Order: sequence, then C-alpha cells, then structure tokens
Amino acid sequence: MTREEIIAKVNAVLAEEFEVELDAFTPDADIKDTLSLDSLSLVDLVAIIQYTYKIKVPASDLPKIKTFNDLYDYIESHLPVE
Amino acid sequence: MERKVVITGMGIWSCLGKTLEEVRDSLYSGKSGIVFSQERKEAGFRSALCAHVEHPDLKPFVPRNLRQFMPEEAQYAYMATRSALENAKLDQDCIDKREVGIIYGNDSVAEATMHALDKFREFKDTSACGSGSIFQSMNSTVTMNLACLFKLRGINLTASAACASGSQAIGLAYLLIRNGLQDCIICGGAQEANLYSVASFDGIQSFSIRENEPAKASRPFDRDRDGLVPGGGAATLIVESYEHAVKRGAPILAEIVSWGFSGNGDHISTPNVAGPARSLELCLKNGGIDTRQIGYINAHATSTRIGDGREALAIDRMFGDYKVPVTSTKSQTGHEMWMAGASELIYSILMMKNDFIAGNINFENPDEETACLNIVPETRGAHFDMFLSNSFGFGGTNSTLIVKNL
Repeated sequence: MTREEIIAKVNAVLAEEFEVELDAFTPDADIKDTLSLDSLSLVDLVAIIQYTYKIKVPASDLPKIKTFNDLYDYIESHLPVE
Repeated sequence: MERKVVITGMGIWSCLGKTLEEVRDSLYSGKSGIVFSQERKEAGFRSALCAHVEHPDLKPFVPRNLRQFMPEEAQYAYMATRSALENAKLDQDCIDKREVGIIYGNDSVAEATMHALDKFREFKDTSACGSGSIFQSMNSTVTMNLACLFKLRGINLTASAACASGSQAIGLAYLLIRNGLQDCIICGGAQEANLYSVASFDGIQSFSIRENEPAKASRPFDRDRDGLVPGGGAATLIVESYEHAVKRGAPILAEIVSWGFSGNGDHISTPNVAGPARSLELCLKNGGIDTRQIGYINAHATSTRIGDGREALAIDRMFGDYKVPVTSTKSQTGHEMWMAGASELIYSILMMKNDFIAGNINFENPDEETACLNIVPETRGAHFDMFLSNSFGFGGTNSTLIVKNL
C-alpha cells in the first residue's frame, strides 16, 4: 500500500466515523482538535486503526501521534508485511 | 402529605407511529405493526415475525461523541423523550431551573454488548470495544444517557423488571412524587428491536409461527393464539405533582391514581392467577377504587396460551359480574416488553382522550379461560374516565396502574 493510498483510506474512514469534512484534514492539523477527540473518543481512533489496518496502538505510542502526518507515518511504519 | 400525581406529556417511538396523532390513528384503524423479517429467517429464527420499528436519525440533535454512548433503545428513548418534553411544555430552560428526575424501564442491551465483545474477541484487545461500549452495554444505558443529554439533576434510576419494567418505572415515579420526594420525573420504557435481543427468546419457542399472515399473528385472548411477536421502541411520560404542573402552566392530561404490584413467588416463566390478581387487588385497594369506576382494562396479554388465560382468570376474579371492556394493544404492536408498561399507558390515554377503545384485533373466538372476559374485538366509540393497565413479567413480577382522565 502506497502512502497516498494510506492517506486516502484513513482520511475516508476517519471522516465517516467522526463526522468531519475531509477538507479539514491537512497534514499538519492536530488530530485531536480536528476530530474533536477527548480522552474517551481517543479510544475510537485506536480501535479504527486496529479494525482497518490490523495495527495495535499501545497507549504509550499515542503521544507520538499528534498530527495527521504523524498518523500516516505510524500506519506506514507498522503495516503488517504482505 | 400525599400529593396528586399527574401526567403532563407523552412521547413515543413505536411501530404504530412516531407522533401521538399517528399512533392514535393507527390504534383507531386497527393497524398491525407486525411484519415478516427475511433477515431473521436467514439468521436461523424459528419465527421471523417482529414489529417494524424505524431507526431514528439522531445526527441533527446529538453530536457524534455523545451518540457513541447510545445503543438502539437509548436512541428510541431520546426521540420519545424529546416529544414528551415538548408535549409537556418542559423546555431545557425550564428543566435547568428544577430538579427533574428520570426513571426508565429497560432490561437488556444485547446487541451493543454483543458487538463490543465480538470486537474484543476478534482483536484480543479491549480497546477494540471502542469508547462507547461500556456506556452502551449497561442496563441503565437509557437513564445514564438521557440524564446527561437533558441535564437532569433529580433521581436517575433504571427499573429492570422484565416485561413489567416500564410499568414499574412509572409506579416508582408515582410513589416518589406522591410522597413529596420529587416534583417532576421523566419516565417510560425502552426496548431494543434488533434480532439479537430476542434470539434466545425465539429459542424457547415463545413466538408465534403464523408467518404466512404476519398481521394476524399477534392475537391475545383468541382461541387460536400460538405465541407472542416481539416488538420494540420507546415511550416516555412526563409525570409531576399536580401543584408543580399548575404552577408552571403545564398541560394536564391525566392523573395516576394508583399503583399495585406483586410477585408470584412461583415459576420463572409460567405465570399463575394469584400473583396477577393480587397486583390488581392492591392497585384497586391503594387507590380506593371500586371496580365499576374502571371503564377499560388494557391487558398485559401477549398472545401466549398460558399467560393470556391466567390473566383472564385474574381479571375475572377481581371484577366478577362487572364485565369491564378489555383489550390487549399487543394485538397491534406485538410485545413491546420493557417498553410495554409505558407505551400501553400512552395507548390507553390516547383512547381515553379521544373517546374510543381500540379493538383487540384478531380476536375471533375465546377459549374456555378467556371466555369470561368482555373483549372488544373491533374499535368502537366509548367514553371512559378511568382505566387500568396490567404488566407482568418473567420471574413473576406484576405491576398494575390506574389512570384517571382530567
């Protein structure tokens, strides 16, 4: 899966799940602010990454994912080998 | 000092309609809300019959992060409660100035619990359950969600009493208001309508298998009844003290005159006659009501052989020679279970306010037990100012309410 494919897919999934317009998803935008995530709904972000990419995100990794770019990087570097 | 307890608003989300007017017309015309569900048949149900309950869209009203906490039945309850509050002229500003409580009947959240645990087992990770699961999976999900959404600061309680849950919730609200412990309580009952919630119920062969005639399957008291049909939705009533209602200029629809309850102390699923009869007796006695004051009985009767027969005998035992008109609106709605005690109060109030008794559709012939009742088979014009509503549940939990026209 290319980075462009990752970005397109994750953006579509997040837009639908969190009911946010796609044009708000800029690479440097803060994920929590953009998706209106609080301490509870942050769990949904973890769950969605898990459902979509079969990637487990340990709580200790969450601070590393601040922007959309961070999220794309995280997924790209943790994708299971096909 | 005992206070007068009145109903000032009603709202409903049911297979008979989503507004009081629509439900009134459905009751009057004898509409059946029962359908054949191909989905249930393919899933392996013995009976694919169920009530058709539309799924509400809460997007315009509740933000995503709060909707995450709401399973299906909480969504029905939210819609019913919005309507009831509007009907009672109780807006958010009005709620904010008072201590308004909530007591709602609910006794399962099967689908939400199942989905959460399926995800957990699939991914072997508790985070996979998602953020809303814990709040969706608890029996008190309706009251916890609505209390937060409507910012309620009074009593916050769920009544879980099987198919008497809605009725017991209203009875408890009546008691707290009558005794001066609360002034205003939102109460009602909610029932999930998804197939998972009743799969095990289907498994014990409780449902009608008259699949070729869905509208004729739910036939309480009829000789040829062969089981109940599961329904769902939610019904909300705004209950408050008479003084409180007058003071805030609320519309006053009816008075809750009495509540009676009992336990069978017997079999878990097979009802007896003595338990329901004591619930009726206590309700009449508590309210100081003579049987001849009751103009209509909305029976619990679900269309099961034993249940309907035992209720008929219990009513007959209490009412004797006075052949009060009786119907079961479950003939139209199927069994709305945790919701039924509340929805059936609304159905009966709509009849009382509009001078008719909705016919017990599909009642063609009595059997040897139900022959003792005066069952109204077709809708007829009738004026009555007081009715009695029965709700009975598994484990032998019985609840009876008497409501008077105002």
